[in-house]
Parts: sequence; structure tokens; C-alpha cells
Amino acid sequence: MMINRSIKVLAGAVLGIGLMTGSALAAGDAKELKSVDWHHSGPFGTYDRAQVQRGFQVFTEVCAACHSLKYIAYRNLMEIGFSEEQAKAIAAEKDIEDGPNADGDMFTRAGRLSDKIPSPFPNDNAAKASNGGAYPPDLSLIAKARVGGEDYLYSLLSGYSEDSHGHECGTGTYYNPYFPGSCLAMPSPIADDLIEYVDGTPATVDQMSKDVSAFLTWAAEPKMEERKSMGFKVIIFLLIMSGLLYAAKRRIWARLH
Amino acid sequence: MSFQTDNKLIKWFDDRLPLVSVMHHTFVQHPYPRNLNVAYQFGSILGVMLTLQIVTGIVLAMHYTAHTSLAFDSVEHIMRDVNYGWLLRYMHANGASMFFIAVYLHMFRGLYYGSYKAPREMIWMIGVVILLVMMATGFMGYVLPWGQMSFWGATVITNLFSALPVVGDPIVTWLWGGFAVDNPTLNRFFSLHYLLPFVIFGLVFLHLVALHQKGSTNPLGIEIKGPADYISFHPYFTVKDFFGFAAFGVLFAIFVFWFPNYLGHPDNYIPADPLVTPAHIVPEWYFLPFYAILRSVPDKLLGVLAMFAAIGVLFILPWLDRSRVRSAAFRPQYKWFFWIFALDCIVLGYAGSQPAEGNMLVISRIATIYYFVHFIFLMPVLGWFERPKPLPTSISEAVLAGKASTSAGENA
Repeated sequence: MMINRSIKVLAGAVLGIGLMTGSALAAGDAKELKSVDWHHSGPFGTYDRAQVQRGFQVFTEVCAACHSLKYIAYRNLMEIGFSEEQAKAIAAEKDIEDGPNADGDMFTRAGRLSDKIPSPFPNDNAAKASNGGAYPPDLSLIAKARVGGEDYLYSLLSGYSEDSHGHECGTGTYYNPYFPGSCLAMPSPIADDLIEYVDGTPATVDQMSKDVSAFLTWAAEPKMEERKSMGFKVIIFLLIMSGLLYAAKRRIWARLH
Repeated sequence: MSFQTDNKLIKWFDDRLPLVSVMHHTFVQHPYPRNLNVAYQFGSILGVMLTLQIVTGIVLAMHYTAHTSLAFDSVEHIMRDVNYGWLLRYMHANGASMFFIAVYLHMFRGLYYGSYKAPREMIWMIGVVILLVMMATGFMGYVLPWGQMSFWGATVITNLFSALPVVGDPIVTWLWGGFAVDNPTLNRFFSLHYLLPFVIFGLVFLHLVALHQKGSTNPLGIEIKGPADYISFHPYFTVKDFFGFAAFGVLFAIFVFWFPNYLGHPDNYIPADPLVTPAHIVPEWYFLPFYAILRSVPDKLLGVLAMFAAIGVLFILPWLDRSRVRSAAFRPQYKWFFWIFALDCIVLGYAGSQPAEGNMLVISRIATIYYFVHFIFLMPVLGWFERPKPLPTSISEAVLAGKASTSAGENA
């Protein structure tokens, strides 16, 4: 009975908070997001390595032209199933500015595992100047920094449409019903067969949008698998502990008359 | 039965510095009413949460950098490169929310069972001070990651003080350490965020001294009359409280391991940008009822005053409540008004999460008025008009009568 009541109290508290934050986030007038059954969702979900690697390819060949990913280092690629040799090879393809050397000069060398993925522009103003005044945000945390997370990213990337339903977007902006305000400065970045997947998967807009969204989810939350598996152990421990303590409590309190 | 030992060393030590006997008194023999129910679990849970926040916070501070150009990066460094840094940060951020869940339940317990009434006013008032310091600590902690909500939340909240006549603007400049929320603000918030938990720790100590002076209330609201009414803290409440920690831990773990960002705001994963205002600035969930009160008043100064009055009114609650009966179990009318008040607080919380316009503004105004009517009007008036039910003569009598009836029911 005591357990029942405490569960009720706690459930009420959780519900109360849920109502508040859930609705706190529901601002904006954008279209309802497409919901994807991600491999990484659910209490035991893990990242689909092949999908995340394809997403990395989309990022490298498409997004990286304008967007940075500054919190990810090449060594992190080993976490999504690339071997050390593969990760080293990917890093070595990039020229990284280093220095100053003993003479005081900056120099360029091949990338190493310890390097962070270099940004396409030297600074924010250069990024803005090349993109019609709009700053292409860093993508490291984008999956956590947008309401709807990966569903939003997928809906947005695959949601551009020619028919703007009467929306007038100004010059330099493009219609997308999933974007809050419906007009954004990024034109549709992907098209069917824009890239050729290494693993031979047909590169449709839908496929690429999904893959890169999965990749960006990993980039924003690289410890998710470790977190869920530790959480499972912690919950099992706490439930057993709760059971034992409840039994101990009953036994000790039975002494009272 | 005070502390006894045959160990000469402990005797020598305890005779000069009575730490052992004080601990023994506090955690072993202190008498508690035998009828405390699950609503009384949250005090000890709060003690554990405070300790957990201090421990995780100290380790986080070893890796965090309080500078506007580095703070956001250092938090990501904690999340990605520090061993178990993600665990520490998620425990600390969600721990703050759990802390507020527990403190609000603890306070509603006090309201329901009349824990604030004579002779326990000091326990309650120290508790209200703890709440205020907790709110300041939580607010400043949310600023430290230096995301968009950090920055804009800090801007909105500190700007509230500018509503004060004459001294308003100088106070805001003084709080900021400059003419805008900037690096000096972040530095002082970090310093104070590290300091205030220890202030809370001291206040908790006073809270417990006051509690032990007058003893705990209980669901019947009558005082302990004889040895049959109470039981010692150990083993009865040690085992019960440990069960409470484990059960509350399950809720905590669900948030930390599966919904670590649910109680936060996505905008706080965008680095602070003084030139871009978020579409909808909302504080953390635990401030939403007070935020709703603030926004429901059309005048800025009066809104700020109403918000502080919403907490200030709790200070004088022991004198506003004119009923001599403590527990709502014996107050047929107050019981209803208690639940209406609890609902009112949830409505305020919901209103605080929504844009202050249209119907929602009307609802939050009504809820705000009701919040104050509850304390200023209903609490004194109920004491005069309410016919309380007859109180049992003693705790033991009521408990044993209840036991007899349930066991009879089980046998039947």
C-alpha cells in the first residue's frame, strides 16, 4: 500500500513536469514532424553503424561545404565502426594548419586522429559572407539544439517543396514547411544521387536525410550507448535494492505492536 | 538512554568533544512518531540530493571554465572527453530537478499536515529560506553552460530588479558587474553557485536543530504523549529512509539515463549569442509557477513584488492559519482547499510555460489571485468556520485501532 501511494505521488510529479515542459517546447507554427523509427531510439536502442557511417559520408561530401562540426575529432570516428587505419586515412585526406614552428611560421600538414574536423570558414563573418549573411550553424549539437531532434532534422532535409502553399519567401530564403517561420536561408542541400554511397545504398533524398540525421544524433550524443547500458544496470540494482529494503522494512516494523 | 560505551578511547574523546554522542542521539535514538507515512520520506531524500549535488558539482568544477568564450566548450569537453563526465553532468542537471520535486513534495506535506504550526514555526521558516537559496543556486547553475537560455534567462531575471524605483538600475549594474550580462556576471554566478550549496548545508543543520527541538509532526497532528507513541530513529526510520532513497533513485535514474535532456531546453545547446533573442524565453520548470505570477501582473514592479510575495507569504503562514488542528485529516473543509491549492500551483506552472497572451493570460491571472486568496483569506477564515473532526486521544491508540481493523479485514 505504501509502495502504491509512493508510486502515485511520483507518477503525479512526473506527469506534472511532463505537462509543463512538453508544452513549453511546443511553440512555433511549423508543420508536424515526420516520425522515424530510429535504430537508436528506445531504451536499448544503439546506433546503426552502417547508417551513421553513410551519414558521415553525406556530412563530408555535402554539409561540410558550409557547416563546421568542431567538437568531433577524427579519433571519434572509431566509435562509429571505422577501424583505426580507416580513421587515419580519412584524417590524412585533410590539410590542417598547424604551428607556429621553430621559425615562427604557420605550416600545413596532413590531418591526424587527434585533430578536430576543420571548419570550412576561417571565422563566423567569413561564413556569413559566403552564405548571403546567414550563419551556417555548427552541427555538433544540432540534434539536441532543435525541438524534435533527429525527427526535425530528417523532416527538414527531406521536406523542401516547390509548392510553397502561398508562402512568400524573400530573396535568399527557401520554403520549407518544417522550419519555424517556413522560410530559411539554406536551399535544399541534397538531391537524388547527389553522392555515391561507398556501401552501394541508393542515395535518395529520403535515405540521405535519414542517414545524416542519424550521424548528427551520434555527433550530439556520442555516449548514448554507454549511457543506456549503464542505466539498465543501475535500474536493475536499484529495483533489487528497493525490494530488499522494503522487505527489511516490513520485517523490522513487524516488531512493533 | 544516552550513549554508552566501554571503549576507553571513545569515552575520552566523547567526553571532550561529544561528536559521537550527538551523532548517536541524532541518528540512533531520536524519537519519531510511529505513524509517519510515505509523505515524510522527502526530508532525508533531500539530504541525499544535496550531498549528491555538492559531490558531482565539485568534480564538474574541476573541468569547467567560467569564461564567456570557453564555458560552452568546457561543458562539451566534460560531455565528450572527461571520464564519465556525461554522467556527472546529467546527474547534476537532473539532480537539480529531482531536488525541486522532492522539496515541493516536502512542502506540500508540510501544508497538508500543518507542520508549520506552533511550536514548529522556526523549522518551517528556515525551510522557506532554504527554498529561496535553492532557487538562487538553481538559477545561477543554469547560467553556467552559457547557452542561449542561460544567457537570456540571466538577462530577464536580473533585469527584474530594474523595476525597483531609484535603486533599480544601479542594482542591476552591480549584479552584472558591468552594463550587460557578460563575463563578470558569469564569473560571479560561478563563484556564488559554488558557495550557496554550503550555505544551504548550514541552513539544513539549523533546520534539523529546530526539528529535534520540537520533534516531528505526524499525519494525526497530535503530539507524542507517551513511550507507546514513538519509536527510535534507528532501526525503524533508517531502513524506511533507505528504502525511500532506492525508490526515489529509480525515478532519478530514469531521467539521467533515458531522458537526460527532457527537463532542459534545446536552446541551451546553442552557444549564447547576445545578438539573437530566442523566440520564447522560459525558465527551468521549477520556476514556472512563480514566472506565471510575475507575468500575470500588468505592471513590472508590481509583478516582481507579487512574485517575491508568493514566497514571502509562506513566512507568515504559521500566523495566517487560525485553525488549532494541524492535520488536514481532521479538517474536512481545509482538505478540499489544500487540493484546490495544489491544482492551482500546477495550473500556474502550466501557464508559466505558455506565452503570456489570450486565454492563458486570463487563466494565469485567476490562478495568481487564487494563490494569494488561499493564504491571505482562506487560511485565516477557515480556522473560524471549520468544524474539525474529533482528534484521537493518542497516536498509539489510533495506530493500533487501525491495525486491528485491517487485520480483522484480512482474516475475514
